[in-house]
Amino acid sequence: MKFTLSWLKDHLETTASVDEIAEALTDLGLEVEEVVNPAEKLSAFTLAKVQSAEQHPDADRLRVCMVETDEGVKQIVCGAPNARAGITVVLAKPGDYVPGIDVTLSVGKIRGVESHGMMASERELELSDEHTGIIELPSGEVGQRFTDWLAENRPEAVDPVIEIAITPNRPDALGVRGVARDLAARGLGKLKPLEIPAVEEAFAAPVSVTIEPALKEKGCPLFAGRVIRGVKNGPSPDWLQKRLKAIGLRPISTLVDITNYFTFDLNRPLHVFDLKKVAGNLAIKPAEGGEEFLALDEKTYPVRAGDMVICDDKGVESLAGIMGGEASGADEDTVDVFLESAYWDPITIAATGRALKINSDARYRFERGVDPAFTLPGLDLATRMVLDLCGGEASELVMDGAVPESARAYRLDPARVVSLVGMDIPEAEQRATLEALGFTLKGDMASPPSWRPDILGEADLVEEVARIASLTKLIGKPLARETTGVPGPILTPMQVRERMARRTIASLGYNECVTYSFIDEAAAKLFGGGADATRLENPISSEMTHMRPDLLPGLLQAASRNQARGFGDLALFEVGPAFAGGEPGEQVVQAAGLLVGQAGPRDPWGSRRPVDLYDAKADAEAVLAAIGAPARAQINRKLAGWWHPGRAGNVALGPNMLATFGEVHPKVLREMGVKGPAVAFSIWLENVPFPKKKGATRPALEISDLQAVERDFAFVVDAGVEALTAVNAALGADKKLIESVNVFDQFTGAKAEEQMGAGKKSIALSVRMQPSDKTLTDAEIEAVSKKIVEKVSKATGGTLRG
Amino acid sequence: MQELRDKYLKAVADVSDEAALEEIRLAALGKKGEISLKMRELGKMTPEERQTTGKALNVLKDEIDAALRAKKVALADAALDARLKEEWLDVTLPGRPRRQGTIHPVSQVMDEVTAIFADMGFAVAEGPQIEDDWHNFDALNIAPEHPARQEHDTFFMHRDEGDDRPPHVLRTHTSPVQIRAMLEQGAPIRVIAPGRVYRMDMDQTHTPMFHQVEGLAIGKDISMANLKWVLEEFCKSFFEVDGVELRFRASHFPFTEPSAEVDIRCSWEGGSLKIGEGDDWMEILGSGMVHPKVLQSAGIDPSEWQGFAFGIGIDRLAMLKYGIPDLRAFFESDLRWLKHYGFSALDLPTVAGGLSR
Repeated sequence: MKFTLSWLKDHLETTASVDEIAEALTDLGLEVEEVVNPAEKLSAFTLAKVQSAEQHPDADRLRVCMVETDEGVKQIVCGAPNARAGITVVLAKPGDYVPGIDVTLSVGKIRGVESHGMMASERELELSDEHTGIIELPSGEVGQRFTDWLAENRPEAVDPVIEIAITPNRPDALGVRGVARDLAARGLGKLKPLEIPAVEEAFAAPVSVTIEPALKEKGCPLFAGRVIRGVKNGPSPDWLQKRLKAIGLRPISTLVDITNYFTFDLNRPLHVFDLKKVAGNLAIKPAEGGEEFLALDEKTYPVRAGDMVICDDKGVESLAGIMGGEASGADEDTVDVFLESAYWDPITIAATGRALKINSDARYRFERGVDPAFTLPGLDLATRMVLDLCGGEASELVMDGAVPESARAYRLDPARVVSLVGMDIPEAEQRATLEALGFTLKGDMASPPSWRPDILGEADLVEEVARIASLTKLIGKPLARETTGVPGPILTPMQVRERMARRTIASLGYNECVTYSFIDEAAAKLFGGGADATRLENPISSEMTHMRPDLLPGLLQAASRNQARGFGDLALFEVGPAFAGGEPGEQVVQAAGLLVGQAGPRDPWGSRRPVDLYDAKADAEAVLAAIGAPARAQINRKLAGWWHPGRAGNVALGPNMLATFGEVHPKVLREMGVKGPAVAFSIWLENVPFPKKKGATRPALEISDLQAVERDFAFVVDAGVEALTAVNAALGADKKLIESVNVFDQFTGAKAEEQMGAGKKSIALSVRMQPSDKTLTDAEIEAVSKKIVEKVSKATGGTLRG
Repeated sequence: MQELRDKYLKAVADVSDEAALEEIRLAALGKKGEISLKMRELGKMTPEERQTTGKALNVLKDEIDAALRAKKVALADAALDARLKEEWLDVTLPGRPRRQGTIHPVSQVMDEVTAIFADMGFAVAEGPQIEDDWHNFDALNIAPEHPARQEHDTFFMHRDEGDDRPPHVLRTHTSPVQIRAMLEQGAPIRVIAPGRVYRMDMDQTHTPMFHQVEGLAIGKDISMANLKWVLEEFCKSFFEVDGVELRFRASHFPFTEPSAEVDIRCSWEGGSLKIGEGDDWMEILGSGMVHPKVLQSAGIDPSEWQGFAFGIGIDRLAMLKYGIPDLRAFFESDLRWLKHYGFSALDLPTVAGGLSR
């Protein structure tokens, strides 16, 4: 919303400066976006008088002028053809910045003659494009500030333009008068009265209007107008054109300019039909649908069945409350017009406008809510202006419907206002504020004015009082904690776990990413998603159509982008939501890590080796341990399709999947454009059971002073036998005595088969036995060893390697 | 006796290896050593002679023994020095590589915000990111036709044909968590709700996903003045400055009444942001007193309870505090960016230890 200071002063009697007004507006909730004050760039210039103008000795087109200024007579060289003795000019002195030529003046020599400043043209001061000569003023005294002269003689040239942002609850501030009312309530001046003239009704209207009954209920409660005949529709007067131009509107013709003026001045959009282009009477009704409508913006819109329209006998003439039609619009030949002032239902206008994608000043206002009670006074005011500017005579009022009832009242509880805002605003001030804003007070009940559709309860009264009192004055008041003493923990166990997982993975050397929650359909499908349930109806791009079913596709895409930038070795991770479905709550917290390329740089220690599944496994286990997962979970191979079927595993507790680790399926890597090797882990943080908390006490530490015994065993087994089978079998040989079993070597491949036979490999276990009551004898160790060999052989079908 | 002393001390001083040193020890102090033999002769002396000679011999023995021991240590040290000199390695070669992980600024700032509000007695609440339109809009006093609803640039989820429920949305703000938290816990309540939010907007300064933190405090007499204090304390603590100045400007949000946008005093002098000084104001958040209708939606009686709510952009906080220029880069996962703007894993912000290093 834009307006000029002088326009504002039509409604507000004030001595406040533009700065004071701007500050107050922002504070009131009418946030100033920009103030353009043309006086600022002209403030340095003063008036001067040319005493004499002589021919320059060395240049035909230049004159050497002696100029009377507030600092004495100065010599100025000037090239303007109209530079001559006796004229009053605008002087720019050395040191002044001249905006039109982007130059800061200094004393110069022009063809050998000193020049102490310049006499400016309109273009040089950015007043207009005029540049045929220097400015000649018809009045003014030497030394007078040019801006003062302009304010007196050409006020529009120094009229500041103020642009404010209007929140959706304040349709009343979409008219200059509404803005003025807020400022007056704040105490920045006095709201001038708005006189509604009586219109002399010269004849009975030749057209009638009817509103379809259903629309009268919801859509168009009131439609009114007058025929004005015998008008002359030329260009509008200079003052009106200048105002419209100042706020960025293009003057078109007097009639159209009047409707635009009312839109911005009083938030009263109007429409003018050229009567000779209207066939028969006007009817407000739902469209049949299928019509093509050429609107005033010269675009054609398909009208949908049910859209509220204004029709004549020929068909649709206006998209009611949104935009008029080109066919029945006023032009310079217009003689008889129908001037429309209606009250349209905000919701209906919003729905139609949105569907047709038309943004007009009228729609913008009607859908936020114009003052319904002002429909008829607005029509009278506009009729008066048409008669004043275009001549002609007005008919009787034509209307259907009635001003919709909007009377309501809410209780003003001054104590509650003080309690909510936390500012001591006296009751008298509260009441005065509401009255200044147009509320009617009866006892403790306040009725909002008809132009404030947003006031719908007591809380709205509080807001009005608070914002006029100024929230800038609010002084912070400590908010004590609800309990005294040392505060307890505020994070839930799951929040703590998420944080623990995140920082553990980072400490393992991964860089945390935050990738978008939506990915493209192809990627979603690769990871078990991409169903309609997780599809966005209105994605912002084809890369962001589906909620991610898993965090890995986002990380793989990040890896691909980094590889394209020349970074091949990556350790990326993310902790965040993955979406199993499209219902609220079908969301799980996942922690995923991705290793791509080499485990380390090339260095003298041979650190460079491709990342492998055991890297991913170790990291997954470290995270699981950090978040308190049970130490002995099973490993299974019921893998999702994006993992290498032979080189990945799940960590599970029965059917409860805690994590997956391993190589990413090479096909997936190819589809995602990642150059392998790539291994990853995914952990479903919520699936890890929380330990049953029994206080902070740890179980007592049981350690034995007796010497532990380590024995190594190597077994020859089938190549497909999993090490864990052997480990578990060995552990089972003597659960009390055997403290741990570790795989310390494996021997596989061609060489192994050469030694041990085709399809065979060797795995080597180190078993640690810890006696608790007495030192083990050789015989006892021998007995346990034998049992271990038996158990492992039985479980794996292998033999002790000789 | 003096002769003996000079002989052996010189021998010890001159010797250059441990074997020769041992020979000297045996020659002097061994069972058949010169001094040991002299000791044996003591028995033949008169008691007076024995006392003086014996004492002198003992002194001599101790002196030579000490010299031998010292020499032994010196020789061992010299041998070790020689070995260590041999063991020279190029210490300028790189150490074994160790990857350095990082925490994303969004996570770090969330932890910072949590630490501060925890200290003020706020718990952390969460809610779903695919949200139903009741929680995201209606319960927050944003009616279906309300222009504010259009201004949210909402992402809608697909609806199957025949499913006539209004489509779910990607939450456009963290405010629906207010509703869920109040429905779950009732009043009084103090929570913050950090998390991802989504709007259909993508340009120089907008991304379709970003992060917000919501704050909510409901009590018997919580006022807008309390809100201002809480935000002042938060900003002071978060930006790690001694003082901040906030300016409340009247504004409009459907879910608060009165509503205020909050500006912070700052300076952009020399192109870098300084909070708490200067002549500029920068908008940092929106806030207000929770609308009675919102309380009602969340099952709380507005005639009994009142309080405030606010919403702050986390990405923006991160940008302002850490001088990160471009929002879009937050979500591009450029390794160089992650390393440059990321935080150490163990750098967990606490009020006690300070938020940033």
